[in-house]
Amino acid sequence: MFFDPAEGAAVEALVDRLIPPDPETPGGKDAGCAVFIDRQLAGPYGRRAGLYLSPPFIKGTKQQGPQDEDGPAVRYRKALAALDQYCRQEKGGAFVSLSDADKDAVIGGLESGAVKLDSVDGQAFFELLLGNTREGFFADPIYGGNRDMCAWRMIGYPGARYDYRDWVHRHNEPYPHPPVSFMGRADWNARKT
Amino acid sequence: MAQKLPKKDVAIIGLGWTGSILAHELTDEGLDVIAIERGPWRDAPTDFPTTYVQDELRYRIRHELFLRPEQMTFTFRNRMDQQALPIRTWGAFMPMTGVGGGGVHWNAETFRFLPSDFVLKTHLTQRYGAKFLPEDMTIQDYGVTYDDLEPHYDRFEYLCGTSGTAGNLKGQIVEGGNPFEGPRSRPYPTPAQEQPFSYTLFAKAARELGYKPFPQPSGNLSQAYENPLGVRLGPCTYCGFCEWFGCGNYSKASPQTTILPALVRKSNFAYRTECEVTRINLDGSGKRATGVTFVDTSGEEWEQPADLVILAAFSVFNVQLLLLSGVGKPYDPVANQGVIGRNFTHQTISQAIGFFDKDKFNFNPFIASGSIGMCIDEFNGDNFDHGPLGFVGGGYMGQVQTNGRPIQTNRVPPGTPAWGAKWKSGVRDNYLSTVIPGTGVHGSFYSYRDVYLDLDQLYKDRFGRPLMRMTIDFHDNEIKQNAYLTDKFAEIIKAMGAKEVVKEPRKAPYDVTQYQTTHLCGGAIMGTDPSTSAINRYLQSWDVPNLFIMGASAFPQNAGYNPTGTVAALAYWSAEAIKTQYLKNPGPLVHA
Amino acid sequence: MREPRAGRIAGAAIASLILASSLVGAGRAQMGKVGTSLDPQNFGQIERGRYLAITGDCASCHTVPESNQPFAGGRPIETPFGVVVGANITPDPETGIGDWSDELFVRALREGKGHDGQLLYPAMPYPYYTKLTESDALAIRAYLNTVKPVRNAVVSNKLPFPFDVREGMAAWNALYFKSGEFKPDSAKSAEWNRGAYLVEGLGHCGACHTPKTTLGGDDRGQALQGYALQGWFAPNITNDSERGLGGWSIADIVGYLKNGHNMTTASTGIMAEEITLSSSHMTDADLTAIATYLKDLPGQTARPPQAVSASDPRMAAGGAVYVDECSACHGMDGKGVPFLFPSLAGSPNVRSADPASLIRVLIEGARSVATAGEPTGPGMPSFAWKLSDDQAAAVLTYIRNSWGASAPAVDPGQVAQARARAAMASGR
Repeated sequence: MFFDPAEGAAVEALVDRLIPPDPETPGGKDAGCAVFIDRQLAGPYGRRAGLYLSPPFIKGTKQQGPQDEDGPAVRYRKALAALDQYCRQEKGGAFVSLSDADKDAVIGGLESGAVKLDSVDGQAFFELLLGNTREGFFADPIYGGNRDMCAWRMIGYPGARYDYRDWVHRHNEPYPHPPVSFMGRADWNARKT
Repeated sequence: MAQKLPKKDVAIIGLGWTGSILAHELTDEGLDVIAIERGPWRDAPTDFPTTYVQDELRYRIRHELFLRPEQMTFTFRNRMDQQALPIRTWGAFMPMTGVGGGGVHWNAETFRFLPSDFVLKTHLTQRYGAKFLPEDMTIQDYGVTYDDLEPHYDRFEYLCGTSGTAGNLKGQIVEGGNPFEGPRSRPYPTPAQEQPFSYTLFAKAARELGYKPFPQPSGNLSQAYENPLGVRLGPCTYCGFCEWFGCGNYSKASPQTTILPALVRKSNFAYRTECEVTRINLDGSGKRATGVTFVDTSGEEWEQPADLVILAAFSVFNVQLLLLSGVGKPYDPVANQGVIGRNFTHQTISQAIGFFDKDKFNFNPFIASGSIGMCIDEFNGDNFDHGPLGFVGGGYMGQVQTNGRPIQTNRVPPGTPAWGAKWKSGVRDNYLSTVIPGTGVHGSFYSYRDVYLDLDQLYKDRFGRPLMRMTIDFHDNEIKQNAYLTDKFAEIIKAMGAKEVVKEPRKAPYDVTQYQTTHLCGGAIMGTDPSTSAINRYLQSWDVPNLFIMGASAFPQNAGYNPTGTVAALAYWSAEAIKTQYLKNPGPLVHA
Repeated sequence: MREPRAGRIAGAAIASLILASSLVGAGRAQMGKVGTSLDPQNFGQIERGRYLAITGDCASCHTVPESNQPFAGGRPIETPFGVVVGANITPDPETGIGDWSDELFVRALREGKGHDGQLLYPAMPYPYYTKLTESDALAIRAYLNTVKPVRNAVVSNKLPFPFDVREGMAAWNALYFKSGEFKPDSAKSAEWNRGAYLVEGLGHCGACHTPKTTLGGDDRGQALQGYALQGWFAPNITNDSERGLGGWSIADIVGYLKNGHNMTTASTGIMAEEITLSSSHMTDADLTAIATYLKDLPGQTARPPQAVSASDPRMAAGGAVYVDECSACHGMDGKGVPFLFPSLAGSPNVRSADPASLIRVLIEGARSVATAGEPTGPGMPSFAWKLSDDQAAAVLTYIRNSWGASAPAVDPGQVAQARARAAMASGR
């Protein structure tokens, strides 16, 4: 909805290193984190609906919070372009084409500030991307990520429930029910006999 | 040109907790009351039903129930020599909008202040001497005492059905409650909530260290309750979607679940939603309010004349409206004159996180409520000797973790990378066995000369009016207070059996991106001296006697407790003065 | 759908009856256009009439909600045969009943005849109001004389052919209308008789709660045993222990009628309007009389059906939905919260043969009534978007067969019908 194919592939590759796959739980890509981010950027979050966007935009202290002229949608666009440029120039190819080790090195460099992107604050982009990736990983599956509630299963979070009265007094016992999302879970469907 | 509406006896600005309380009290007197609320009507089955309210992304991360900064925000700076910049997205606090106000999204932690909190200046001066207090600390006595307010605290708690264990019944200390609390006339209306594992473990550890833990007084009810107005609440189901969220099953005390169903039946009560009051109108003398002006969603301006105006818009919006309406003298920190905007305060919050052995501890953090928790009060207020410590103030502390919502509940031990395979396994291995208290240390924030509110010079709201500017930073006193409290708190977390404790004391400078409760206080403070307070002990404006100003804007400094219980008690106290004194003889109730 | 089919059969029957019957309506007596003869200062009579008008819930058909024009007519009433519109019964001389004599008024109420003798449709419940004493009918007239006259010309007959031919009502009346004032039963208490007078007369409870024949007349053999109308199932209100009020005390019934809520249930839908406009304003004595009468109506001897087996896959699926979605209000034990969330356990409504009300509440959500005695008025959200037809049917089957209850399973097709009805209604 928002990313073009190249951007989408780059984001998929990024989220799959931020949250790598393992035998038990999918990584960011298969969990749908890139789909999540794509939908978010295409919507009100991407264009900062409801925020105070009057100028002037003056850079202040860290404590004064974000004063960017650009919202998340614009920032992703610019950052992904700059990242692509960096990877091609410094690593010999687009981000998606790098080895896992090289990908991790680039991401680590963004995190530390060692990797400098042209006209884009790499560290700030890293923070934004990491935050959105985690949101997508742990939000309800209706938003596009956390496919099949894989992230909730991983940590033992039972999902969109509303009644734990029978479990308050059961100290130090595992909670038995599987996670449920807004659109339900498999057990809601009668098993065909 | 504003169109004039038929006059009402009372115009109430804002329909949150205090607006609802005042509307109910004054309609009971037979007055014709209108409440004007900037936000929409809000109701459980249509706005926060159990079918989709458990949405961390939508409500906690994207702030869907809250005021949009685009509609109104503030500018912020730490110090007077800085350029204040707009708070473009909320962080440190979350102003609400809509009927019910903060009463919809709060945790419902329902504390009373200590008796000494109301006479703080006198008390601390007597105990430690005037020189013990920092020179630029501007704390004051409230002008009311705990005893004045006790019946009104009681009234609010019985309105809400607050769940708790009394610690001091008419002077008798009761085991299991808070031994430091002021005397209460009767027990809580419902018993304390049942505590899940981590909270019980905290209490056990606290007890073993010699403290007296007590259950946090909770407006998430432990059982079904019918309040004195005949309105009913259900029992809390520990869903873990309390603060930031509306309650879907009528078990959190809010104006919707305690007052509004009875209020809206009254023929002498009217309300308008999605109408923003832009000005309190004064007559030519400037000493009498003639009513309010408000703007509806189509941009039309209306004038609502009234004999009595109640400003109940939430602390900081109260101050903003006073400044924009020209009520009272604006505070000038340099000249140290004026009252509107002075003594602005927040809260000093910190925590210590405990990582436990996942094979031995399963806390099921998602089983929680907004006010669940076991707390100790040994380090609140002046409950301990500050002499050797070099600071004043304190707060309650406790395991008061309100939720296990996964987007934000993914702490990993120090040294774990923020991403990658180790992060992933770290989150997996620690989610169920980590204690993250949240506002675990809930400390006071005393007032200072250079922490204040005024009008910004550069940024404007959508009507072209200046935004209000917050100048706020932590002073050494609060940083010291918090460091001391955080250390004490960490000891208890350790004693619970944590394998690793990570202390996160509050550090200066004050950061507007870090959430620290929405307990913004002061700016239109109560007192006995009109040169240092905006309102008298009955919350009546010194300058405009037919204007009463509710809310925590009245606090000369903030104590180490959540403010709502005291805000509501003051509202009932003020309403009683209006009913028994003001209506019979309109005019100043206090002659300074 | 049941209603049109009944309508079609009825249409054929009535058409043939019209051909067979003579013009009954031609025998009109010319009643004088004289207006009322009642004393406008007889405040005792007027106040009595006001109370009776509330008891009869005249406003529910004759007042458009929130119009601020009481009794001015114009409210469409859904019948199985089409729409009838409530008449203007304010004293306006031209468009209301201001020029009616008192005798004409009483005749309309008790005989179902209009101003010029035309036959009224029993949407105006004259088969029940016939039980009114003349004194009570006149008191209602006296009250209506004091209501603000409103000029509002209403055409009541909006029925499709052949139902719009009023003369057809002659045959219907021959089958279903038994004229006559209430006759007390000397073997019963005064309280019982008052209750009977109210239930069988002015209260016209059977209009909604008694099943109808295909011609739309009361099936007297199953009086007050429940009837499906306007997308709801008005439940059995006899003292039947399985399907009726057998589990309710007199106080439970009185509390429900007065406040809209009791320990185990809450009123919503059409009955919520009845409570708001009518029974919440009635005296405790009258409500107790009604309860006394209803509790004396014998239950039926029908044995409850066999419960759907716990091993039925629909029970497992429904149980999963219940644990995840329902227990936060209705409790794992199904008992809800007294006066707040209805008890599903032990609920005759939940077990009713016709699950229309249950399905509707699940699909559309429900706002319970708020009254002075119970102002909270809690609401249930809609589950339409969250549950498929199969899932909705499963959870309803589950609650109908849990906690000791047994009732026929709900079919996904019934859920689909309810969705379609809701969609059509909201599109209006």
